[in-house]
Amino acid sequence: MPRMSMIEAIRDAMDVKLGQDDDVVVYGEDVGYFGGVFRCTAGLQKKYGTSRVFDSPINESGIVGTAIGMGAYGIRPCVEIQFADYIYPAYDQIVSEAARLRYRSNKDFTCPITIRTPCGGGIFGGQTHSQSPESLFTHVSGIKTVIPSNPYDAKGLLIASIEDDDPVVFFEPKRLYNGPFDGHHDRPASNWSKHPLGEVPEGHYTVEIGKAKVFREGADVTILTYGTMVYVAEAAVNETGINAEIVDLRTLMPLDIDTIVQSVEKTGRCMVLHEATLTSGFGAELAAQVQERCFYHLESPVVRVAGWDTPYPHAQEWDYFPGPARVGKELKAMMEA
Amino acid sequence: MSDYGPLKFHVPEPPGRPGDAPNFDGIEIPEAGSVRRPAVDSKAADMKELASTMIRVLNTEGEAVGEWAEGLDDDVLLTGLKNMIRVRAYDERMMTLQRQGKTSFYMKCTGEEAIAVGFRAALSKGDMNFPTYRQQGLLLSTDYPMVDMICQILSNSRDPLKGRQLPIMYSSKEHGFFTISGNLGTQFIQAVGWAMASAIKGDTKIAAGWIGDGSTAATDFHASLVNASVYKPPVILNVVNNQWAISSFRGIAGGDHATFAERALGYDIPALRVDGNDFLAVYAASKWAVERARRGFGPTLIEWVTYRVAPHSTSDDPSQYRPKEESSAWPLGDPILRLKNHLVARGMWSDEQQVQAEAEYNDEIRAATKEAESYGVMGSGASPKDMFDDVYKEMPRHLREQRQKMGV
Repeated sequence: MPRMSMIEAIRDAMDVKLGQDDDVVVYGEDVGYFGGVFRCTAGLQKKYGTSRVFDSPINESGIVGTAIGMGAYGIRPCVEIQFADYIYPAYDQIVSEAARLRYRSNKDFTCPITIRTPCGGGIFGGQTHSQSPESLFTHVSGIKTVIPSNPYDAKGLLIASIEDDDPVVFFEPKRLYNGPFDGHHDRPASNWSKHPLGEVPEGHYTVEIGKAKVFREGADVTILTYGTMVYVAEAAVNETGINAEIVDLRTLMPLDIDTIVQSVEKTGRCMVLHEATLTSGFGAELAAQVQERCFYHLESPVVRVAGWDTPYPHAQEWDYFPGPARVGKELKAMMEA
Repeated sequence: MSDYGPLKFHVPEPPGRPGDAPNFDGIEIPEAGSVRRPAVDSKAADMKELASTMIRVLNTEGEAVGEWAEGLDDDVLLTGLKNMIRVRAYDERMMTLQRQGKTSFYMKCTGEEAIAVGFRAALSKGDMNFPTYRQQGLLLSTDYPMVDMICQILSNSRDPLKGRQLPIMYSSKEHGFFTISGNLGTQFIQAVGWAMASAIKGDTKIAAGWIGDGSTAATDFHASLVNASVYKPPVILNVVNNQWAISSFRGIAGGDHATFAERALGYDIPALRVDGNDFLAVYAASKWAVERARRGFGPTLIEWVTYRVAPHSTSDDPSQYRPKEESSAWPLGDPILRLKNHLVARGMWSDEQQVQAEAEYNDEIRAATKEAESYGVMGSGASPKDMFDDVYKEMPRHLREQRQKMGV
């Protein structure tokens, strides 16, 4: 099986769909000729032409607004917002329009669009190249929110997103583009070619939207997480020796409640872990769900480990980023509780 | 000592407030027939003056004059007059429904009927409008069932949108009427995207975006113009300048000393500025822009100069912010009266026919209203079960659980 980085897997997903479906179009800032600032669309314009893959003006509201119009016409745009930190100018189009088109028109018009956007920190991106704004989207009825953590899932989930008839915001943790990252910034970076999840089948396959994956089985505590934090959790488990079950949610909306409940009922303890800021972050929703559904199985309070409630700093990157030491410390405290 | 005096902060004010005499000195109105009609493949740079003047066909005697008067179909004019009468009667009746407490809300388009009706007449089946809430004429000049429109306004058991939408936010894909949103300006850029898709697929369908003078200040107006400029899709960008955005006059949108049409020139988009109360000019300019788009020569921006005669909505009272007599003093007159006079002068129509048409439409609307009311008024009959459907294509588990919790 071929080995791919997350970038190559994402590119391959678009290649597969562009080849299979004439109605799929790909565009965004620097996406066309240049192939994207992260190379996620490299070579696609040359292969499929400028009518299928093209550069857009620097206007996020325009990128998403035109995509909604195209979706209403009946084609399937997969557009890129260069950084999740820059999705806000498109927020009105996403929240007020894409999310509501089907509902407000009684399915007269639908919005089969995919919005790809690199997210997350751990790369010295500072305030506007590091954010994780997923909870601003999970709070909105009518959109699906997806966030893969490895090349295999990235390709399968992106193909599934493009084929989905609902609008999907597809977050790509840019720290994972070239290899898994466990928060140990002082160690050499690894790449996907050495990781089993870097094996990506050729051609078409999908990973179902709305299904979590048990990334690591364990008995003592459940860690609900996604994106880069999956590997941070794994490192913390290895370093503390605590037998935690790590659930990679993969899709935040709709949420795979069954997998979550099954795991927490088994372990009796739950940590929710994300890079995004704590207050009103997606972890709050996860904690509430677990509290409501698993209350009588819980042996300790649900613990949230998240980014601090500050803008993402530059110099203080590793004080901000919830690394394995912080996660490990919280895990130990939970087990003693 | 400083060479500089204190800076002054500028806030535009309309020429008249309540108690003042109406004043339209700022609106220059050229003679009918004085504006040339360029070829549909003209470049924006070669027709710049058309963004600053005003295309008018009907002169004060009600005659059709000038280059834009050529090739207009008499049947379209007659049908246009009837549709305008129908739209105005519909608005009056719906206003009454609101006053009777049978619906929560309504918005009239009084004085602006010619624009939507005339524009619609230039489109073909399959073209798509992205309207605002004040283009009911686009829908009312198709065969879309009036009963369905009223059911939407009443949010009753036959509401095509199942009670989910505020009254007047209609939707009909089949009739080329994109689902209306409460968020202003958003649909303008979606029209550009729809037109881009038509071009990508090598189709021959065109799109039309609609926006008011006030909403040109929204960022999506710029997004629309820049994307239309870059990709040259088959889209017509309609700016309906009715002088008022609720209580704010056009100057608060930056439109007091520059026209809205002139904005297109900086984007290399050809622009027309048209007398929006002159049905012949509306139809002629629409046909020009439609032909230009369909032949692949790209977008056109049209500023329709008109006046919002009615209150902004049933929740508005214009006497609080503009002269009472302003609407009757509007120098471009009433679109229905002007077309009627033209057709009467040509022997194609009469006062009797006008009275008869008004009566017929009143009867039609009365009957449609009665039928619609039989399915419920003011939300009665809308099912709470319908609340949870169509958020997504398939209902996710959390919505299923919420619906079950409600017991529906």
